[in-house]
Amino acid sequence: MNAFLATIARDLRLATRRGGEAALTLGFFVVAITLFPFGVGPGPELLGRIAAGIIWVTALLAATVSFDRLFRADMEDGTLELLALQPLPLELVVLAKAIAHWLMTGLAVTLLAPLMGLMLNLPGDAYLPLIAGLLIGTPSLSLLGGVGAALVLGARRGGALIGLLVLPLFLPALIFGVSAVEAVLIGMPLAPHLLILAALLAVALPVGAFGGAAALRLALE
Amino acid sequence: MPSFLHSLASPARFQRIANAIMPWAVLLTVGLIGTGVVWGLAFSPPDYQQGDTVRVMYIHVPAAWMAMACYAVMALLSASFLIWKHQLADLAARACAPIGACFTAVALITGSLWGKPTWGTWWVWDARLTSVLILFFLYLGYMALAAAFDDRERGGRAAAILACVGAINLPIIKYSVEWWNTLHQGASVFRMDGPTIDNAMLWPLVLTGIGFNALFVVLLLVRIKSELLARRIEVLQRARAAGRS
Repeated sequence: MNAFLATIARDLRLATRRGGEAALTLGFFVVAITLFPFGVGPGPELLGRIAAGIIWVTALLAATVSFDRLFRADMEDGTLELLALQPLPLELVVLAKAIAHWLMTGLAVTLLAPLMGLMLNLPGDAYLPLIAGLLIGTPSLSLLGGVGAALVLGARRGGALIGLLVLPLFLPALIFGVSAVEAVLIGMPLAPHLLILAALLAVALPVGAFGGAAALRLALE
Repeated sequence: MPSFLHSLASPARFQRIANAIMPWAVLLTVGLIGTGVVWGLAFSPPDYQQGDTVRVMYIHVPAAWMAMACYAVMALLSASFLIWKHQLADLAARACAPIGACFTAVALITGSLWGKPTWGTWWVWDARLTSVLILFFLYLGYMALAAAFDDRERGGRAAAILACVGAINLPIIKYSVEWWNTLHQGASVFRMDGPTIDNAMLWPLVLTGIGFNALFVVLLLVRIKSELLARRIEVLQRARAAGRS
């Protein structure tokens, strides 16, 4: 357990100290959202209607651009081999790294979402389902993305490949994240959508841990 | 059965069996698709609502079946490659991907041609269309990953892991998308209460459906055999280059 927590803490320290990698992802999130009013027009009515979708899609993209850093730096300086040699199973190393990634991207994006919602004229009732959905839905992105990030280690143009590999897998989280908001706006119950997001997370946990560890073992051979 | 499948892993035995199957598979492909298409285009009745447009079905539906079946075969081969490390399973899984991608593309394009006269639009963000499009992206991702490594063995294993992860997620994606939006008609052949499609249309469809399966076998065998030959050429060239120096 100590090694597990230490891995998380190490990743968090690296991300906050080395040129603020966590801030880069958030910067991308905010800038990408700013593009939408220019693209679809500044009308508050239209923006309010698509605000939840904009925030969710941008959250997926922000997570995707940050996956390349998840294992690559550790692979290049040899840390990954030491992580694999320690007694902690590689599956748990992958989980720890996914948790650290989520704290820096998913959680950070969730905390920023209300501010972005305000700027996009998101209806008042939509804040709770949006935040709850992001909170439950984004961990599965970090887990599934971790598999993609581990798979492209050692591949040519790996960074560009990740998006093609993982974005299709994010579709269910996007669908139910946005439908949670829609459901609340038309007066339907919120719980089923959140439960499905939680179920997706329950699938992503083993897939992310075992798939990611298998891919790392392959990269370390 | 497993021991038979393992014995297939020897390239020499595979070549012998493939050579024995090949002429029959070609015969089935040409005969069934030929008969099915002629029957479907010329002798089956037009639909009472869609008229002659319904004849797109005899290509569209089998292509869509094969698009999904190919992914299943690819995922099973990938899993067996990861478990037993048979090189031939890797070869076969990789050979599946472009074939499956082509079937998916054919299903999407013929579907689009069918959609224009019946739904009045080339493309709608309907559940089935969207999930087939995602399937197409999964094939592209698999092929891109398999080709992205300098070491072929490594590329094969990375792609195999991706195929397995994709196979777990594919049903989830399909059902989420289905919940999201549905305009496409429901299944009318594989149903618990028997097909709801008329026999005059079902028979040509069954013929082209089996014909497409035979076509898949033919293409798969050709691709695997040519890849085996390509590797042998590579080995011989290397041996010759080594002999010269």
